[in-house]
Amino acid sequence: MKNISKKQKSKYENLYYHPYKKNNIKDKLLTSISILFSTIAILPLVLVLAYILIKGGSLLSYDLLTNLPEPPGDDIISAGGIGNAIIGTLIITIIATFISVPIGIGGGIYLAEYSKGALFSKFIRFGTNVLSGVPSIIAGVFIYGIIVYTKIIFGSNFSAIAGGMALSILMIPTVIKTTDEGLKLVSQELRKGALGVGASKFVTITQITLPAAINPIATGILLAIARAAGETAPLIFTALFSFYWSSSPQSILEPIASLSVLIYNFAIEPYKAQNELAWAASFILVLLLLFLNILSKWLSKRTNLET
Amino acid sequence: MNYTDKAKGIENQIDIPNSDKVAISMQNVSIKYNSQTAVKNVFCDIPKGKVTALIGPSGCGKSTILRAINRMNDLISGCSLTGKILFDGYDLYNKQIDPVEVRRRIGMVFQQPNPFPKTIYENIAFGARINGFTGNMDELVANSLKRAALWGECKDKLKESGYSLSGGQQQRLCIARTIAIEPEVILMDEPCSALDPISTLKIEETMHELKKNYTLIIVTHNMQQALRVSDYTAFFNAEKIDSSKSGKVGYLVEFNQTNKIFNSPKQKVTKDYITGKFG
Repeated sequence: MKNISKKQKSKYENLYYHPYKKNNIKDKLLTSISILFSTIAILPLVLVLAYILIKGGSLLSYDLLTNLPEPPGDDIISAGGIGNAIIGTLIITIIATFISVPIGIGGGIYLAEYSKGALFSKFIRFGTNVLSGVPSIIAGVFIYGIIVYTKIIFGSNFSAIAGGMALSILMIPTVIKTTDEGLKLVSQELRKGALGVGASKFVTITQITLPAAINPIATGILLAIARAAGETAPLIFTALFSFYWSSSPQSILEPIASLSVLIYNFAIEPYKAQNELAWAASFILVLLLLFLNILSKWLSKRTNLET
Repeated sequence: MNYTDKAKGIENQIDIPNSDKVAISMQNVSIKYNSQTAVKNVFCDIPKGKVTALIGPSGCGKSTILRAINRMNDLISGCSLTGKILFDGYDLYNKQIDPVEVRRRIGMVFQQPNPFPKTIYENIAFGARINGFTGNMDELVANSLKRAALWGECKDKLKESGYSLSGGQQQRLCIARTIAIEPEVILMDEPCSALDPISTLKIEETMHELKKNYTLIIVTHNMQQALRVSDYTAFFNAEKIDSSKSGKVGYLVEFNQTNKIFNSPKQKVTKDYITGKFG
């Protein structure tokens, strides 16, 4: 009896935490390594934001937001403002949203509610995944080839509409995917309940399932907009750039300014004033994208709380 | 015992007193999930204006039969039915039948309370509105809630979300929502299995109210509940048969007035089940 208790005692003495035990050292080492790498991963974001804030934030003024940009070389001291580029980015993004949201939501509804996992829907899902990986410049060249070059839309070549179409190609896969996934999250019980009171499939989708999935879908649309609004390459081929206001409704058929193309054009100019304008535009663009991302995060959080 | 014996089905029909009209008549109904037969050769005439309980062990096909009555099985891919289900002179599985119309006249309450993510008022108004109701909606909502014995508890919060109610209240809301579309038959698939005993009692009281106006068919695991609420009871069982590769096949063992099923069952297997020897 005594013998056993002694043995037990010696066994349990090791219950204290030993910082220099092999396992504990390993554990700490791995923890610090993973912390280090995750810090490195977040570093670019922090640095980019800080750099743009310092370079561009100080240039923020009322004139910057309301004036037109001036062509390089006209005035050494000032390059004007980015007013038309802000409006242009908004117009192009709105056009892209108007094209991609109906197509994307319609496609998502088909995948989630109507398709029965047959070959056709598998093909659409696969195609959507491929499309979301297509480089944005390809979307630009594609629209250039079929819209801009052929002047198919009322004889205009470079235009806001063409720009919006190019961006909508980038947005559609995201909207389809989030609609599909959002609808799949809606409980099957809810669908049965609606059908059980004599609702047709159309009524069930439009009045029960779609409203129930509105938050994830809206989140997806916002993320898609955030991605598209910052694109440059597709716009160079389609919307080009303009030094003037897009004031009349017809101006959506004309070349239009955008923040990202303004940055691209002015950042490589040899004039300091233009470079500074590019920094200011970067600041505004990043702010816009950050806002969209935070908004979508907030929306998706609200969804999780509700369910 | 030979469950394919059609004579037994006919014998079941005889047990209904002549005064009770038939609401739904199942004639040689067999239901398959893909190639797997779930329930086979069911003959059963469900009387009008009564509560009929479907009881039996798990996997005997009672829920499958219930869902077949308002074409809910259409939602399950691979589910197919042979035989006839007659309702108001129509064969519900005729190609010309619109399942949406069937569900308007044969409402359903599900196992899990599933109110819509809308206000209590809208939960009830929804079904009526999509069915073309043009009368006084406030009155309809109030009447439906009263008949589902929920009016007293929620008359002051009609504008609140249906999710703000307790589980039992949600289930009564789902019953109210079904009543609002004025069906002729109400199907209930284990309506109390997710609820506590007090809520269960309230739902049962609601059922007693409802049977004055509707034909009720309920699936229940709880034999005491069947005894408390139903006028007729159909006992289903599942048996492994040689011809099927795997799994059990459900069949209707006995259908009769509830007191006869519980007091003097004709089949030994019914007696074994209700006395708790298996199941």
